[in-house]
Amino acid sequence: MPNNLVHGVTLPESESKHTLAESEKNWRRYFTFNTDHKVIGVQYLVTAFTFFLIGGLLAMIVRAELITPASDLVDRPFYNSLFTIHGTVMIFLWIIPSIAGLSNYVVPLAIGAKDMAFPKLNAIGFWLVPVGGIVLISSFFLPGGAAQAGWWNYPPLSLQNPSGNIINGELFWILSIVILGISSIMTAVNFVTTIVWLRAPGMTYFRLPILVWATLTAQLMQLIYLPALTGVALMLLADLTLGANFFRPTAQGDPVLYQHLFWFYSHPTVYVWVLPIFGIFSEIIPAFTRNPLFGYRSVALATISFVPITGFVWAHHMFASGTPEWLRILFMFSTELVAIPTGIKVFAWTATIWKSKLHLETPMLFAMGGVMMFLFAGITGVMLGAMPFDLHVNNTYFIVGHFHYIVYNTITMALFGGIYYWFPKISGRMYLEGLGKLHFWLTFIGANLCFFPMFPLGLQGMVRRISSYDPQYVDWNILASLGSFLLGVSILPFIANIAFSWLQGKKATKNPWLATGLEWTTSSPPPKENFEEIPVVDFPPYDYGRDKYSHPHLANR
Amino acid sequence: MSRTFEYIAIALGVVAIVVTSYGLGKLSYSWMPLEASTDAREIDHLFSFLVTMGSVIFLVVMGMLIYSLIFNRAAPGDYTEGHAFRHNWKLEVVWLVVPTLLVLWIGIYSFNIYVRMDVAGPKELLASASQPKDLEVAATNTNQALVTIGVVAKQWAWDFHYPDGKIDRELHLPVDRRVRLMLQSEDVLHGFYVPEFRIKQDIIPTRDIAFQFIPNRVGKYKLHDSQLSGTYFALMEADVYVETQEDYQQWLARESDNAARNLAALEYTNPHERVFDSHYPTVVPARSEEITASNDAIAKN
Ligand code: HEM
Ligand SMILES: [Cu+2]
Ligand SMILES: [Cu+2]
Repeated sequence: MPNNLVHGVTLPESESKHTLAESEKNWRRYFTFNTDHKVIGVQYLVTAFTFFLIGGLLAMIVRAELITPASDLVDRPFYNSLFTIHGTVMIFLWIIPSIAGLSNYVVPLAIGAKDMAFPKLNAIGFWLVPVGGIVLISSFFLPGGAAQAGWWNYPPLSLQNPSGNIINGELFWILSIVILGISSIMTAVNFVTTIVWLRAPGMTYFRLPILVWATLTAQLMQLIYLPALTGVALMLLADLTLGANFFRPTAQGDPVLYQHLFWFYSHPTVYVWVLPIFGIFSEIIPAFTRNPLFGYRSVALATISFVPITGFVWAHHMFASGTPEWLRILFMFSTELVAIPTGIKVFAWTATIWKSKLHLETPMLFAMGGVMMFLFAGITGVMLGAMPFDLHVNNTYFIVGHFHYIVYNTITMALFGGIYYWFPKISGRMYLEGLGKLHFWLTFIGANLCFFPMFPLGLQGMVRRISSYDPQYVDWNILASLGSFLLGVSILPFIANIAFSWLQGKKATKNPWLATGLEWTTSSPPPKENFEEIPVVDFPPYDYGRDKYSHPHLANR
Repeated sequence: MSRTFEYIAIALGVVAIVVTSYGLGKLSYSWMPLEASTDAREIDHLFSFLVTMGSVIFLVVMGMLIYSLIFNRAAPGDYTEGHAFRHNWKLEVVWLVVPTLLVLWIGIYSFNIYVRMDVAGPKELLASASQPKDLEVAATNTNQALVTIGVVAKQWAWDFHYPDGKIDRELHLPVDRRVRLMLQSEDVLHGFYVPEFRIKQDIIPTRDIAFQFIPNRVGKYKLHDSQLSGTYFALMEADVYVETQEDYQQWLARESDNAARNLAALEYTNPHERVFDSHYPTVVPARSEEITASNDAIAKN
């Protein structure tokens, strides 16, 4: 049965054998210092996914502890290490590198470039990630244990070092953040240069797919804001090991200064994650609705507008921190206004979907599910921006619910959608649709079951980061824990699907989704320098009206 | 579907959404804990307002998405264009202006709530600052003088210092009186949080933070540390009693009975079995409330 996939055309057997041999010969390159952006992209994705599994395991131990009110599974210092390392791994070793990986693979193809601007730098940037990750995870085995002060790592708690050793979990945490920060800066320089200088002839800014706009914006933000985090980590390191007193209150240090510097990066960083995710939505949704992206220009402008405005809201994480009144009020208004460019995107996707021709393969399921849950996440974000309300739910499970609706239900969902979407391009093979749909439904149900209960818990006053709690909170906690276990299970069909399809999947054509991006005009997988011949662009993005995209044989010519 | 039919369907949808959102807004009061301070009422009004607004947006967008999922599926193999609209300036201006107005409305509404709240406000954060300015709501306050209580947080216990020198591990407050807490920490950041009061304030070592509110419902509540403070963070609780003026005075006059236990110290000295024990070291919990000198606590760390 040559064409049982709804989308896509299967090529004759002879051709598929040819590429199989080639890829078999080549799998070793994924374990070498390779400078091809496509290899690096896959290396990032696989590495990040490995850390995702580790981070997920830590989270499931946390949820197992919380299935009963008492602290009866692990001791309390270990519990604190679990959520600290869980959060750090998920942010710095899953979200950021997996996005770097997907962008690494797709962006040069999407702008018609042969590679990234600095291929060596690209490879170094990648190899720092496993180094940083191993430093972080290995700290579990130190006698003093891994860091225990939460992913914010606020001093003076983070400076306490009860083990008394110079070599301690906190030190490893800081080193790992610095290493990963350097890696991110290298990547950012590379992306910005690539997008500015290496676009194919005719690829003007307003012909760029939104994913490219989003990558440009996110990486510019890394360049501007990340030094604040690296700087603050080094100051903390000085306090911890060299006896400096930047943040030690007993020696005239200011712990609140740490919070300002930390959030000056860590608020923008949430947009570093989510803008590329919006980019993924903006690629998948047009392809599976057969529509141009509605309001392309306003979406592009809304995206780039984040570079400056995201720098003006950080103190909404500090409403209860002893922040002066004027600051609270100022940051309340700026936070509320940030919802506008975010809202524009949700409306643009909705308008694209409205009265379209929906195809519901796995990438689109993940995109639709992700958009729906992002809507919920964004609305709860606007609620949190209303500062008097935030004074009640700050540091409760309401916050944990809000940001997990972002980091899991939106970002991780979209990453899965993106991986399914570009899988045929990356591997040259189709994934199995049935397993993909199973993966989607398990994830969608598991994620809501796991994270929705956190909202009522937070409203009722359950504080976040506690290792035992009052029995009154038990019911919602059981649901959340069951949801987390379901999420653990949901990963299995994904792994099975990718492993099986990469080896045995049906050969994919160059444009199985009949999509418009330049990456779909070259073979699957693309040749070493991406294109036989550099494309010349003379049409707007998302040009789904054209005949060329209406028929499988035309799209794949 | 005929045009008129479609309009009727949309009109019905809008009515259903408005009614549901209004209902959820009303229901939202029941998702909150008891209201035990004058601020709680205000916060709950704000929350109800946010739920109503949020529901409208959520239901409109979800309605459009689900409608499309049901009615706008492509025929198998049909990859032709869905619709050709690339943009529509009028619509795009509408969805810029309407959300802007909505969030400004939320901002202003919240601002008003904040002004009416009894938290004297962080302008007065430093205790050295003068007495709090009279806020609009001062009218709801009784004329009696403010009750000032010192709160000392340390890993992982609360000490309360009452005006006449009494020190205790329970927080007792007279009902309907403006209370002023002087928050201090001996080691790391802590947070003062009683869900029934709906307000929260971080406590920062070496700073004196003044924090005010009016408890207005007699009852027993629980204070919880709200800012991660280390190993026994989860156990850093204290009982809070809001009582009538007479009961409060009587309690003040009584000797401290030290009945309240220091949970962290108890667990430290009698650790219970767990499935897994990492043997990571921990900061030693501070002892009970007799320790008031901060050097004592630090010496032990
Ligand atoms: C619609 C716009 C949004 C608004 C107005 C908003 C507002 C807020 C506010 C006020 C907080 C602080 C709450 C507190 O700690 O008391 C918060 C926390 C958070 N938000 Fe959002 N948010 C929005 C969207 C997002 C997006 C798009 C992301 C991620 C991509 C995000 C990620 C987070 C994270 C990670 C935290 C928690 C950080 C932590 O406490 O560990 N939010 N949000
Ligand atoms: Cu998590
Ligand atoms: Cu933020």
